[in-house]
Amino acid sequence: MRDISSDLPVRFEGVSLRAGTTTILDRLNFSIPPGTPTLIVGPNGSGKTSLLRLCMGLSTPSEGRITWGGRNALGPGRLAMLFQRPVMLRRSVADNVIYGLAKAGLPRKLRVARMEEALARVGLLELASRPARRLSGGEQQRVALARALAREPELLLLDEPTANLDPAATRAVEEIILMAAQSGIKIVMASHDLGQVRRLAGEVMFLVRGRLCERASAADFFDHPSTGEAASFVRGDLVI
Amino acid sequence: MPDSMTAWELIISGDATLYAIVRLSLAVSLSAVAIAVVIGLPLGALLALTRFRGRTALIVLLNGFMGLPPVVVGLTVFLLLSRSGPLGVFGILFTPLAMVIAQALLVVPIIAALTRQTIEDLWHEYRDELTAMNVGAGGRMATLLWDSRFSLITALLAGFGRAAAEVGTVMIVGGNIDGFTRTMTTTIALETSKGNLPLAMGLGLILIVLILMINAAAWGVRVWSEQRAG
Ligand SMILES: Nc1ncnc2c1ncn2[C@@H]1O[C@H](COP(=O)(O)OP(=O)(O)OP(=O)(O)O)[C@@H](O)[C@H]1O
Ligand SMILES: [Mg+2]
Repeated sequence: MRDISSDLPVRFEGVSLRAGTTTILDRLNFSIPPGTPTLIVGPNGSGKTSLLRLCMGLSTPSEGRITWGGRNALGPGRLAMLFQRPVMLRRSVADNVIYGLAKAGLPRKLRVARMEEALARVGLLELASRPARRLSGGEQQRVALARALAREPELLLLDEPTANLDPAATRAVEEIILMAAQSGIKIVMASHDLGQVRRLAGEVMFLVRGRLCERASAADFFDHPSTGEAASFVRGDLVI
Repeated sequence: MPDSMTAWELIISGDATLYAIVRLSLAVSLSAVAIAVVIGLPLGALLALTRFRGRTALIVLLNGFMGLPPVVVGLTVFLLLSRSGPLGVFGILFTPLAMVIAQALLVVPIIAALTRQTIEDLWHEYRDELTAMNVGAGGRMATLLWDSRFSLITALLAGFGRAAAEVGTVMIVGGNIDGFTRTMTTTIALETSKGNLPLAMGLGLILIVLILMINAAAWGVRVWSEQRAG
């Protein structure tokens, strides 16, 4: 079923994004196929969030075009996104997840079981009845992950999902992401935590000031970076 | 009723005239709020979620109309409903229905403007997430209305408070006819000018208690909703 109306590959053809006179993303050409996780790496303000929003169809390019599985529009419900700042509906944790399932078209009688399974996976089942907006930032991030994964998307976009998490929760979330990747969900994730990139990445897209500076397998990116910028980023030097 | 009776005695003895007036007032204001909700909620939500030319002007107008002077609304409705007016054929001037219409006109801007503000703020917050979840226009509207239901109840109570307390429109379009279109506020105005202070004060007390109850309810709804939905 999945291949008939697949949203993959996501292809960027000469895509630029501008706000006023500033160029946020500059003539990007690439294609994201199914497969191992793609990590979008780059310093603050390099355009990671902007790129993910374009992938998700939340903003439109100023120039160039984006296709999903060869089509000009996204298929319904095949993509899910985790935002840098999680958005919790004014409902309980459980209802947040159930809402996502309802909007993904899951039959009503299956929703509660799926919700419980998803919350258990992120270790938050005991908070199910709490108002979601009262949770800590890290807990909200995990609810958002549960809500996204419960929808069983084909492509999951994550924008620094562990930025607010403590080390234990970070590991837990990384394991969940790896499990999702193994179950066939394509992961595209922004991060500037190099240790995390090493742990998760199949391939790396390295952005600097809105340009795709380098794209390589994770091994090549860390061991033989082909650009000076990537080399200094991997060494932990500042990239400007 | 005897002038010597005090306001409290009137209230406690269940004076028929007094309670008929209270009943009519409540019926008129509640009907007006019901009509205003049916018009104001969708109007406010639509204004919050759509973009068109003249939208800003309409929002400014609506916000301004929240403070519309009741006597002016009364006069306008009077002119529309009077024998020679465009709606004169219906013959509803000086009936409770005329008062309901006039009060609804007062309350619609309040409910529409507060709904617009509430929904737009929430939409700003939810937009990315709902778009990412592929929620359609109808679903969006339903989600936003549901998730802001507590704020909307507060708007509704504000509208009711305004309707129940005003005297200008009901006086003009209702005519303050004894036993037919006499409300709490018009009775207070009339009885005070006649010097019948006990009835005026009795109604005044009931009106104040009512307004206090509405405000307490609005406050309670807010506290309760914050505990439940965050
Ligand atoms: N609407 C906008 N108007 C103007 N500038 C914008 C807008 N959105 C983003 N930018 C700018 O574009 C650049 C890229 O922003 P983006 O959020 O994509 O970076 P990022 O790589 O996600 O950064 P971070 O690591 O801090 O999350 C930044 O310099 C930002 O200020
Ligand atoms: Mg970002």
